[in-house]
Amino acid sequence: MLEIIFISTLNGILYGMLLFLMASGLTVIFSMMGVLNFAHASFYMLGAFFGFEISRYMGYWPGFVLAPLLVGVIGMGVERYGLRQVHRHGHVAELLFTFGLTFVIQELIEMIWGKLPMNYSAPTALNFPAFEIFAINYPMFKLFGLSVSIAIFVVLLAAVKRSRVGLVVQAALSHPGMVGMLGHNVDRIFMLVFGLGTGLAAVAGVIAGPVLVTQSNMAALLGPILFVVVVVGGLGSLAGAFVASLMIGLLQTFAVACNLSLAGVFGQLGASGALVAYIGDIWTVTVAQLATILPYLLLVLILIFRPRGLMGTRES
Amino acid sequence: MSRVSGSRVSAPSLNSGRVFTGTYGVWVAAAVVLVVLPQIFSSGLGLTTLSLMGMMIIFALSYNMLLGQTGLLSFGHAVFFGLGGFITVHMMNLVEADHVPLPLVVFPLIGGISGLVFGIIFGAVATRRAGTAFAMITLGIAELVASSALILRHAFGGEEGISTDRTDLVQPFGITFGPQLQVYYLIAAWCLASMAAMYALARTPFGRMCNAVRDNPERVRFIGYNTQTVRFMSFSLSGFFAGIAGGLIAINFELMSSTQLGAAQSGSVILMTYIGGVGEFIGPIIGAVLVTYLQVTLSDVTDVWELYFGLLFIGMVMFVPGGIAGLLMQQRPLLQGRQLHRVLPYYGLALLPGLAAILGLSLVIEMTNQLTVHASDGPAMVFFYVPFNANAPLPWLIAVILLAGGTWLFLCAARTTGHAYREALSAARMRRETA
Amino acid sequence: MNKAMASLALGLSMLGAAAMPVMAAGVIKIGYVDPLSGDGASVGQIGLNQLDFIADRVNAKGGVLGKKIKIIGYDDQVSPQAALVQVQKAIDDGVHVIVQGNGSSVGLAIENFVTKYNERNPGAGVVYLNYAAIDPIMTNQDCSYWHFAFDANSDMKMAALVNYMKTQPDIKKVFLIDQDYSFGHSVADAAQRMLKAKDPEVQIVGNVFVPLLKVTDFSPYVAQIKASGADTVITGNWGPDLALLIKAAGQAGLRVHWYTYYAALAGGTTAVKQANLADDVFQINEGVNNYDYAPQQAVARAYIDQHKSDTDFYPRLFDMMGMLFEAMTDANSANPVAFVPKLEDMKYKTFSSGAAAYIRKSDHQFIQPLFISVFGPLGANQPFDEEHTGWGWKVVAQIPGEDTVLPTTCAMKRPR
Repeated sequence: MLEIIFISTLNGILYGMLLFLMASGLTVIFSMMGVLNFAHASFYMLGAFFGFEISRYMGYWPGFVLAPLLVGVIGMGVERYGLRQVHRHGHVAELLFTFGLTFVIQELIEMIWGKLPMNYSAPTALNFPAFEIFAINYPMFKLFGLSVSIAIFVVLLAAVKRSRVGLVVQAALSHPGMVGMLGHNVDRIFMLVFGLGTGLAAVAGVIAGPVLVTQSNMAALLGPILFVVVVVGGLGSLAGAFVASLMIGLLQTFAVACNLSLAGVFGQLGASGALVAYIGDIWTVTVAQLATILPYLLLVLILIFRPRGLMGTRES
Repeated sequence: MSRVSGSRVSAPSLNSGRVFTGTYGVWVAAAVVLVVLPQIFSSGLGLTTLSLMGMMIIFALSYNMLLGQTGLLSFGHAVFFGLGGFITVHMMNLVEADHVPLPLVVFPLIGGISGLVFGIIFGAVATRRAGTAFAMITLGIAELVASSALILRHAFGGEEGISTDRTDLVQPFGITFGPQLQVYYLIAAWCLASMAAMYALARTPFGRMCNAVRDNPERVRFIGYNTQTVRFMSFSLSGFFAGIAGGLIAINFELMSSTQLGAAQSGSVILMTYIGGVGEFIGPIIGAVLVTYLQVTLSDVTDVWELYFGLLFIGMVMFVPGGIAGLLMQQRPLLQGRQLHRVLPYYGLALLPGLAAILGLSLVIEMTNQLTVHASDGPAMVFFYVPFNANAPLPWLIAVILLAGGTWLFLCAARTTGHAYREALSAARMRRETA
Repeated sequence: MNKAMASLALGLSMLGAAAMPVMAAGVIKIGYVDPLSGDGASVGQIGLNQLDFIADRVNAKGGVLGKKIKIIGYDDQVSPQAALVQVQKAIDDGVHVIVQGNGSSVGLAIENFVTKYNERNPGAGVVYLNYAAIDPIMTNQDCSYWHFAFDANSDMKMAALVNYMKTQPDIKKVFLIDQDYSFGHSVADAAQRMLKAKDPEVQIVGNVFVPLLKVTDFSPYVAQIKASGADTVITGNWGPDLALLIKAAGQAGLRVHWYTYYAALAGGTTAVKQANLADDVFQINEGVNNYDYAPQQAVARAYIDQHKSDTDFYPRLFDMMGMLFEAMTDANSANPVAFVPKLEDMKYKTFSSGAAAYIRKSDHQFIQPLFISVFGPLGANQPFDEEHTGWGWKVVAQIPGEDTVLPTTCAMKRPR
């Protein structure tokens, strides 16, 4: 029992930190620009594929540095030539633009790299078990991912709250006109912020690529969870996203380990018949089977009762 | 949200004779078209496609009740479509087992009622918020329902879905609904009825209040209406019509599976409605017809059709936010002022480089596809009946020239066309004022 | 006015649909309905490549009944409704033979549709050849005269697997992990039933269901397997659900034997090599290219030379097409109404090993020997590797067809 709790906690933290790595960029973009970027998971996928391609010729570490830069540049281009145009047409159009972008990016990746998984492996310097607990190995690379997440969190938090750039960007969110009048180029700020956000997504891709499978359906697998993290944490709050990713990581991991069901607690249903068969499905479903939909349940509940999210600063 | 222009549903003119033909003539013409179409496209595939279009028209129109008329962007509309269909198949199986004398024509209504019920249940939760929060809630609900579809295997049939037999019901007048033609007429009848109902709904005071909530919710509150109630009712009614479409699809395919509740189906209806145009009643109709046709035939032509769809969608969002219907409606004042002939040549002038650019882009995409996805088939390929090698430099040169040159010429022509359009517009206005 | 424009638009846009291809005389068309775009396309494309390969070889020898075989691909995107539209399209194109495999949901939809179509249009003659949809109900409660199953269904495969496991004394504790949908549940149910009946000393220490194609982090599941003390895992997982599971197991240092259905499916073997689990992952299927049977190896070599980047292939497609052509030749007709009676009674020597196989008339299930193979470094006389990993499948057991036979509840409605 203790073993399961300990292992689940560790796994939950590792998974949650991976989620935070991905959600950090999305939070930055949303809190700075008010745009909920549907295509964020696609940039994460681009980062993984670019990292893979670069690692084929130059090894893992050049990919770790170059892929986020490349994706950040692409993100800036998307903002400058795409999002800015669409901004005039309203929020709905912005959401739909990023929605359409997910299809295009996925198709392009499938055309160039194919639909099969890529053999993106962790760098040999980190490809060994860091420690062993209860006969399960934890690879060093995962701990590296954990430290990168924490480092990014600390740096971003400091940059947003303390640095001058961060203050200007925060001001541009709520008073773009005033900030513009004070002499800052608001358009350029938005472009740089979008590039930063997508670059962060690419960092997540470069780390998650070797851990998970680098394949053209990566974005579709992880995309929806990202929104849950950002919305539950609070639209606009980095600390909220951190807490929410940890929470969701732990929730899902513990749920998977839990085989409770109504049938287990109250016993099997005695009666038979058509209606009982329908209820029987609900009666015998275990918490483990529900593990992946728990985050969405959390999303709906939070949106009803506390739409600002856990630590949010703005309502949409 | 404020940018999406009003759903133009015009008031009837004052002359009573013209009132009749003006308002009802269109519907009679539509009915005639629906009756005559299967005589023109009588192949099996033609009938199936027409039936599919009819159902998607109802589905897209129901979605536009939310998006175009009330300004609510929902990412989970397929939930009502799917749930309506599932309840319909279950009821059909139940009715067949117990020999209840309920004819097939009534079943879409059952689908509609289930859509309404679920619309009320989910609407109570979702419509508490608007804007992005609403979109996120609908996304969450859609994921929840789609995931539980695989877990609740008795209700949703698991991966196989639930199947039924539409010929096993009581058959008044000896119509078995076995042949596709009979099913088509059933769908066409329900399509006409639903279109009329939704059109009428848009013109009631309730419909106008939905528009008001879309445009300026704060003001609506000031004049005493509860925005949440209006949104809630709109959401439930759109669920009703989506359920009708779901019931029809259950009857048509005699099968409901969990894919119809899923994100792909929700995404598809957003695509249809937006491409057709959210600002006009007719927009979703055009969008449903076009996108259904493309979905059925485009996969034969190219296997990267999803890329084309994505690009089309992004292009529409960026440059033609009013959709195809919006474009057509922009010509209306010109037509009424009899100035259309002035801009038509300019349209033709802009269309040619535009088509060249599209051709160039398509060539680049198809050649890349041949060299990457179909690398094992070799570089030989055929594009619009012209065979060539994808790794030869000449086709690439042609493609780049077409794309770059076409785009540049199109932008120049677009500017001139824009001038011509504005001139024609003011001329038309002056003509109407002086007439 | 608005409606007139809409109707005009509708009419114009549909004119394109009216253009029908002229049917060429002297051609037998075979429709391949499977995903050719989207998620399933990597697997769907493999089947199409293989059918084209088979058709080319037959056409080079003069075709069937003096006519050329033409394979036409129809993209169904693994959606039952889209598949039905495509089948309708195929029928309009003059196709009488529909081949499909990916997705039992689609397979069932096609089976029901084809049955109803033949009933409502007598003499039309449309037959459905199923090469990979292995839900047992397709040859039991939902069986059809117009459907033939060429892959052993999931219950048959489990029966063969359990028969093999009985002969392995070091299998003591078995953990079951499957995807949470009907196929996964049928695998788990069959495993529990058959192990209890045939090998009661084996202890089942776990039975979990993984949400279908949703989980990215499999480490909690790996932890559960470790904690249960299992030495063997039976799983019906495929695609990312198998690849991620194996990868997580490799990372966590879990060494057990994996008995799978679909480790050979596109992407699975890459994951096994990445996780470095040599000789731990087994599969059950109808043949592997490293099996020492010269005719099979020659054809495999020819296919792989032509498709260097897409080297997976399914031996049962060769059996299926071979039997189809033989039935057509025997009946001297390409209309299913004539050749289905020949096909349902046919005996055949399999492509993989030349062993005797046949189609069971009562439910149209192809009964063939099955092979259990393990994935690992290749030895001498094992020339084929998978997906450029350098490792390949090595046969460890061959199960004769008779040992895979299971009773059927099929009450087939035959045309008069």
